Amino acid sequence: MSETQKRSRREFLKVSSAAVTGASLAGVGVARNAHAAGSDVVKVALIGSGGRGTGAVAQLMNADDNVQLVAVADAFENRAMGAIANLKKQYGDRASVPQDRVFLGLQGYQDAIESGCDLIVIATPPGFRPVHYAAAVAAGKHIFMEKPCCVDAPGYRMLMEANKRADEKGLLVGVGLQRRHEPQYMETIQRIHDGALGEVQFLRVYWNGGGIWNRSREEGMTEMQYQVHNWYHFCWLSGDNICEQHIHNMDVGNWVMNDEHPVEANGMGGCTARYLGDLKGTGQIFDHHFVEFTYADGTKMFSQCRHMKDCFNSVSEAAHGTEGTSDCSGRIEGKNGWRYDGKRVGGHQQEQTDLIAALRAGKRYNEGWYGANSSMTAVLGRMANYSGKVVKWDEAVAKGAQIVPDPDQWTWDAKAPVEKDENGDYPIPMPGVYSPFAG
Amino acid sequence: MTDVLRNASRIRSARIWLTGLLIGVLAASAAIGAEGDATGQTFDPNDWEAVKWLPLARRSPAGENPDAEAADEAGMKAYAEAIPGTDLRIEMIPIPSGKFVMGSPESEAGRGEGEGPQHEVEVDAFWMGKTEITWEQYDAWSLKLDVTQRKMKRDAAGEDRTNWDKLVDAIARPTNAYTDMTFGMGHDGYPAICMTQFAAKVYCKWLTANTGRYYRLPTEAEWEYACRAGTTTAYSFGDSADDLDEYAWYFDNSEDGYAKVGQKKPNPWGLHDMHGNVCEWVLDQYDPEFYKTHGGKTVRNPLNDPKTLFPRCVRGGSWLDDAEDLRSAARRGSDPDWKMQDPQIPQSIWYLTDAEFLGFRVVRPLRMPTADEAKLYEPDPQVIQDYREAQGGKM
Repeated sequence: MSETQKRSRREFLKVSSAAVTGASLAGVGVARNAHAAGSDVVKVALIGSGGRGTGAVAQLMNADDNVQLVAVADAFENRAMGAIANLKKQYGDRASVPQDRVFLGLQGYQDAIESGCDLIVIATPPGFRPVHYAAAVAAGKHIFMEKPCCVDAPGYRMLMEANKRADEKGLLVGVGLQRRHEPQYMETIQRIHDGALGEVQFLRVYWNGGGIWNRSREEGMTEMQYQVHNWYHFCWLSGDNICEQHIHNMDVGNWVMNDEHPVEANGMGGCTARYLGDLKGTGQIFDHHFVEFTYADGTKMFSQCRHMKDCFNSVSEAAHGTEGTSDCSGRIEGKNGWRYDGKRVGGHQQEQTDLIAALRAGKRYNEGWYGANSSMTAVLGRMANYSGKVVKWDEAVAKGAQIVPDPDQWTWDAKAPVEKDENGDYPIPMPGVYSPFAG
Repeated sequence: MTDVLRNASRIRSARIWLTGLLIGVLAASAAIGAEGDATGQTFDPNDWEAVKWLPLARRSPAGENPDAEAADEAGMKAYAEAIPGTDLRIEMIPIPSGKFVMGSPESEAGRGEGEGPQHEVEVDAFWMGKTEITWEQYDAWSLKLDVTQRKMKRDAAGEDRTNWDKLVDAIARPTNAYTDMTFGMGHDGYPAICMTQFAAKVYCKWLTANTGRYYRLPTEAEWEYACRAGTTTAYSFGDSADDLDEYAWYFDNSEDGYAKVGQKKPNPWGLHDMHGNVCEWVLDQYDPEFYKTHGGKTVRNPLNDPKTLFPRCVRGGSWLDDAEDLRSAARRGSDPDWKMQDPQIPQSIWYLTDAEFLGFRVVRPLRMPTADEAKLYEPDPQVIQDYREAQGGKM
């Protein structure tokens, strides 16, 4: 073993390189699934070719040598061409996409879906997700979609409907909640389900970090172009930080609760530091949230998310039970104390490895159900915080406002869903005034 | 000509050159000081070796620090480097020039690949950080806390940005961390981790701009020289790992994470945590054959200039490592797996998502490097340009 391969014990336990997981698939038989049948090659179309979408395609390629990229759609040409160039560097001809299968603008997703692909990676800003997902399902394609899967209640309803169609058609649906594929989480949560904590009484979930990028307006951009370019900072596109990143932790909470979702939420939040100075007038999302969720059996989930520099940071989950506590990812303290000592696996690779393995084996695979519920959990929390009211799940799902325009409005010249006020600021929701409901 | 005189002349000529070209263009967006004329061009300090703009950096309020000044090696003292705009200090320890035997004997227990043949190395004098760089010291740069603090003070006093402010503000900073990079192991007083070698190099450049004193990562030879601190044994306290617990955090005494810096006994030269806690970046490419190229001759200030991104050298072992990996001579190369959980393409130039065991400490050479030498020490500006391009122009 060379020095560079030499690893200390614990690191060896931790890492599992893409190459190794890829190699472990060698010998898996040819596709038995209807859509990959007759061909070893799984043709992939990428919709939304930013860093994450490009990375997801790379991980699919790592998972299986016979994955090929056949089409790319992105709002912006530089992102589409950049993704292809970056993938070609690593994967050569497998990422060779001809110019006539590169689709630009906000309507290019349809062309990508119809490009003769087997599997579609959807990694556009989340506001577009339900429509992209439903269109891919309607076309009978397998899907990997990033989280969150929706940013509003109509989006959630669209997801649930598409999930049904996907199941009817036997389509595979992967969702980018990668903790679900990490054995350190899987084993721990299995133990919690088996009673290692006694009765779970409450959960704590966190995504407190220093913040996220903020992209400047470029010369000549229409308002729609700017908002899509700087999408994280517009609620109709990202769903706010509580949806975009914090969903990971709330999803772990729901998972611990046997894939139940909360029935009620109240909380508080605001925007103190995000759009000051040079960043004035560059967005409208909160920079901190706290939510108290209640599940049907009365169990509570306390959630914090924050984007603020030099504050207490934590990206983690905790479950507290009558007989112990757990970090949900390898540690249980209390009566049934335990440490995960197996291999720690990176979920971003594993989720693609698992999806392709299921496809090759012709297995049922639909993560869209918990993906939709956890996305709506985050939306529920945001509705509670933006409004300052107690919001119930059923009412939120039935009557929650639509914040994403209909797809016929997805053009660069369309009126943007939010606009700056006379002070040059985008509207930031005011608790006590804001209504989260339609009409 | 002595090194000091050479330095003085170099600084003088650099100053003349700066006056003619750089100082003026630095102030592109504001009225210019007395030194030169605004040309309307922009000047990016990231594109130039720090030695070329050091005279401007010397205008830092931190510049006046008698303890930090030394006309020659005999004048070197321990000093605390205050980071302007913050309450933070980095304690620096003088390391005398000298000769030592680098590498380990074949008889050394736990000896790894690439530690031989042993060979004699001469090293010039430098100062070295007493401890690894902590999160607070790192955040001052990575979160632009210094920029914010200085601005608040200026605003309160009704002052404009000086050219020095502009210089420091212009040093590249990393993109925001996607997640909590402490991974719940602790923040205040704990070592910063998970940075690329590139990030660590930019940090040094920032520290240089901030203080007017030239900081960089140590070479592998400097690191081992300082770690050994005159000793020839496997560890700086002897050959046996029995006493390791008094000096180092490693696998057997670490509870699922790193520890606050400076808690264990220092080595004979007063440096803490050279063995263990987090392993530390050095400048060199990792090449197990490198020592063979010296052919048994004495080499002076060796540096294996990196040609590839992986593997690059890290030293000292960490809380995740076993005793033998903490030895003074133990070498390790960086690995692409250290970025495994970075899910993006292109992957970040700033973060090694999986290197929860890796940090760095800074050194300051007594002799100012030439511009050519500085190229070997400082971040390659092309890296940022390539990254920007690979992201379609966005950062």
